[in-house]
Amino acid sequence: MLRKSLALAALGLALGLSWAAGPAFAASTQEEPKDVHWSFEGPFGKFDKEQVQRGYKVYREVCSACHSMDLMYYRNLGQKGGPFFDPKYQNPNENPVVKSLAHDIQVKDIDQDTGDVISRPATPADKFLAPFPNEPAARASNGGALPPDLSVITRAREGGPAYIYSLLTGFKGPPSDMSLPAGKYYDPYFPGDLTSSMKPGMAGHKPPVGGAIGMPPPLADGKVTFDDGKPSTVNEEAYDVVAFLEWAAEPKAEERKQFGLGAMIYLLIFSGLLYASYKKLWKNIEH
Amino acid sequence: MSGHSTYEPKSGLETWLDSRLPILRFANDTIVTFPTPKNLNYWWTFGAILALMLGIQIVTGIVLAMHYIPHVDMAFNSVQRIKRDVNYGWLIQGMHANGASMFFLAVYVHMFRNLYYGSYKAPREVLWLLGCVIYLLMIGTAFFGYVLPWGQMSFHGAVVITNLIGALPVVGHAITTWLWGGFAVDDPTLNRFFSLHYLLPFMIAGVVGLHIWALHVPGNNNPVGIDVRSPQDSVPFHPYYTVKDGFAISVFLILYGVFVFWLPDALGDAANYIKANPLVTPQHIVPEWYLLPFYAILRALPNKLMGVIAMFGAIATIFVLPWLDTSKVRSMRYRPTIRLYFFIFVLDCIVLGFCGAHSPDDLVIPGVVGPQFLDANLNSFVWLSRIAALYYFAYFWVITPLMGLTETPLPVPETISSPVLSHPAAMPAGAAASPEKRG
Repeated sequence: MLRKSLALAALGLALGLSWAAGPAFAASTQEEPKDVHWSFEGPFGKFDKEQVQRGYKVYREVCSACHSMDLMYYRNLGQKGGPFFDPKYQNPNENPVVKSLAHDIQVKDIDQDTGDVISRPATPADKFLAPFPNEPAARASNGGALPPDLSVITRAREGGPAYIYSLLTGFKGPPSDMSLPAGKYYDPYFPGDLTSSMKPGMAGHKPPVGGAIGMPPPLADGKVTFDDGKPSTVNEEAYDVVAFLEWAAEPKAEERKQFGLGAMIYLLIFSGLLYASYKKLWKNIEH
Repeated sequence: MSGHSTYEPKSGLETWLDSRLPILRFANDTIVTFPTPKNLNYWWTFGAILALMLGIQIVTGIVLAMHYIPHVDMAFNSVQRIKRDVNYGWLIQGMHANGASMFFLAVYVHMFRNLYYGSYKAPREVLWLLGCVIYLLMIGTAFFGYVLPWGQMSFHGAVVITNLIGALPVVGHAITTWLWGGFAVDDPTLNRFFSLHYLLPFMIAGVVGLHIWALHVPGNNNPVGIDVRSPQDSVPFHPYYTVKDGFAISVFLILYGVFVFWLPDALGDAANYIKANPLVTPQHIVPEWYLLPFYAILRALPNKLMGVIAMFGAIATIFVLPWLDTSKVRSMRYRPTIRLYFFIFVLDCIVLGFCGAHSPDDLVIPGVVGPQFLDANLNSFVWLSRIAALYYFAYFWVITPLMGLTETPLPVPETISSPVLSHPAAMPAGAAASPEKRG
């Protein structure tokens, strides 16, 4: 009935419709995300800078071919808490590593003298280059599917980082009783309902857990060469890129936790003092 | 209790001001010398906590409004920009978003305390009504505020709730179109919701002023529920309750801080990190936790208009509570029978909250396929919400009036000071009374 209410809402709603008589939707299924752990978890967790650097490289060389990160600027990479932060360059726009990372990328601009569209190397102040100019272009290049923006992706999915990691490492050949349309790939961690993807004659079989995703398995062993010599297995690539994505989802997370620790210690002491004052003040009042 | 003012101007300037605008006298009489029952427990500290939360929400909200852009194409990104590029924006936004939850948590404790100790009864009916108005305004403000980040849940929540008005016969559609400023939830809707979200908190602040005024005429109720009879029964508000409330506020801030600093997204929905897209409907549209019980009542009924009436009826019911209660005894400490029904009622509200969070056709006990009853499985959340909604209304409309007429209350002490010496509930003096009851 809830889904019914959604359908109603989306349709703009008619008067007096019964909530109970809705069409039955088949249930969407998915595997529980894998049990993975990162250094950034918990109130004291911090990002492993080198891991986030490797993760950026995975994003840059693999993910960014299809996925935008519209909320990210190259300067973010060199800001306090960022993977390329250097205390010598408090202003990330001056950080030479960030400058050269940006410089490798060509962005479109307008020539201020002629008004022509030109290409120029990016600067730290530029937004991460988006792979497609607009949504129809993105869909046209991806068999109709829209690769989601990755800026806050680890927050935008139930299960968070563990879900993204499981999805990236979970691709499987489809079970034999199932036939997927071209351009669709089976991943047990992707939520979906595969009832309609059963081969003819197999309709009575219970469909496998998971869904069909429009993204082909993006990672492969050795696909990215890590600068620090870390062996690039699929698991490592996924593990690192998720750390990068989690950092990008909230670049101020470390600052938040650190500030919070100070604030909480202050509040605990303050509460203690107030309690002592309260006890002293009320000592002679019968209540 | 407000009675005679004890303020004495201490300087020439204060004397001069006192004969022109006695604002210092007013402040002194309200927050310094105001006689307050000496037996208030920690449940009474939530009034001060709520005042603080309103202040925090207004201050953080004003700063957020300086950076927020109420436009369908930019609202989502502008909230993210606040968290990324505004100095301490993550803190201000986190305090505001989690502050709403904390505000409601405190208001629910405040309201349940009120029910338990009968604070709504004569002569405090107007105080209670003003509180209900504040609560209603809070619901409106929270709803408008939740739409502003323009995530998927913001948008589709706004669609579902505004469409409820469309259930009204004849005029429903016209009113919805008028509310939307168009034929769907869109840019004009977002703009007016932003405007109203900025307006309502100041209306709340105004009603809070009246609420405190109405409190200071009869004075505080207290855990034994009998009036202050002698000066020994009360203490001046300052320093006794400023320090006690201050301690409670500080502890409450620790809880608030856990969410702001360490679990900033725990109370939110992942779908709201996706920019609103009218063409993609999230699988489960649910309101924030504090409105789930009403959402459950809405969906408990098979007909939309009936659901809407029940939901608004649930809120309207609390307004008339002072006239439904037939008992003259305020505190449930001396009403053992209804006390049991009260605790069931608290539990019932929590159950309604769970029902609101689940799909109505989800099974309550997984794996057990119960019998079909009327239109739904008996083991589904829809039946649980029906039973829970029935108890919700029965508590106010049947149990409360009947109980006052039929129960036998325990003997009520003569004065506030007397039960202090021998604590009620047959507790031997000096025994370890539950600390939260002693304050």
